[in-house]
Amino acid sequence: MKNFKIILNGILKENPTFVLLLGMCPTLATTTSAINGLGMGVATMFVLICSNVFISLLKNLIPDGVRIPCYIIVIASFVTMLQMIMQAYVPDLYKTLGIFIPLIVVNCIILGRAEAFAAKNNVLASLCDGVGIGIGFTLALTLLGLVRELLGNGSLFGMEILPESMRMLVFVLAPGAFITLGLLIAIVNKIKN
Amino acid sequence: MEYFLIFISAIFVNNIVLSQFLGICPFLGVSKKVGTAAGMGVAVAFVLVIAVIVTFLLQNYVLVPFGLEYLQTIVFILVIAGLVQMLEIVLKKMSPSLYQALGIFLPLITTNCCILGVSILVANGTYNAQGLEPTLLVGVIYAFATAVGFALALIIFAGIREQLSMVNIPKNMEGIAIALITAGLLALAFMGFSGVDQGIANAVGLK
Repeated sequence: MKNFKIILNGILKENPTFVLLLGMCPTLATTTSAINGLGMGVATMFVLICSNVFISLLKNLIPDGVRIPCYIIVIASFVTMLQMIMQAYVPDLYKTLGIFIPLIVVNCIILGRAEAFAAKNNVLASLCDGVGIGIGFTLALTLLGLVRELLGNGSLFGMEILPESMRMLVFVLAPGAFITLGLLIAIVNKIKN
Repeated sequence: MEYFLIFISAIFVNNIVLSQFLGICPFLGVSKKVGTAAGMGVAVAFVLVIAVIVTFLLQNYVLVPFGLEYLQTIVFILVIAGLVQMLEIVLKKMSPSLYQALGIFLPLITTNCCILGVSILVANGTYNAQGLEPTLLVGVIYAFATAVGFALALIIFAGIREQLSMVNIPKNMEGIAIALITAGLLALAFMGFSGVDQGIANAVGLK
């Protein structure tokens, strides 16, 4: 029950995109379509869960003074593994997401959760936190991708819905990313209040 | 001429923040005052140029000859983290005044994704070099131009936010929401530059 609460906490109360406002670069850059957003979210979730579990296992071995470099090495190793896995099994998605896959290393969500949660809690709780925050991030990215794809390309997950005359290309381009995310955060604020 | 085109392209047409989405965290985080924004811009330019030189040499003289390209991500982030730390120590000793000015920004820069991002782009040669061979010199010029673009976007955005803090904003839009929409409008303005580099290239008879 407690662990279920940790997962739910990551999805809703501490949603990394809408509440904590972390990891903005991949959020804005890779959400040109729902499927890209989903892909980026799952890739980040993989690294987040692995690094959370690993760091909470190692937390008593890592000296306090050099903990940040140690965390970065752990995270970078998992990102390298992810790069190899993606190149082997989903080369197309890997190409589309491009430089934002290696850049998962500097995603503040992962280092932030390592420092704020995994370094203080046991393995199971850290796993649940990774799952919760990961799902929260994935959902946020998919939602942002859905809205941008629908408004910009008139499609949902590649299925055409809106006629060509109703499409606003700007939502797939850079300005659309900022504006859509701004409006979504405002809506979330409205619901919260 | 190509060098000039690299500048135009990296600063206006493909601005690192507003069209490539690298370095959004400092863009949203330290853009409340023009002064701090300028400080951050200078610090990024400084670190970015040094990081690009070091990572380019590492990639071409260590990783590629030994067939270790797959270690790129780990090696680069460690080098950048070490470099930033070293710069901090060197600056503290050599130039206390510069350290005072840049000091607070340096630790933040390690996790600034535009440093790692541009280092990877330059080392792999996958950036827009305007038809030039992606050598170290071209890479450094590209990195510097990118940093100027970053500083420009940051300073303009900080200027707008300073004004924004004085007006009434709907309660739910306060803070990050209105900042993102402002950034979107700024990106829209920068979109007006698209194709300018190609136009200049055609006008002077390149390509």
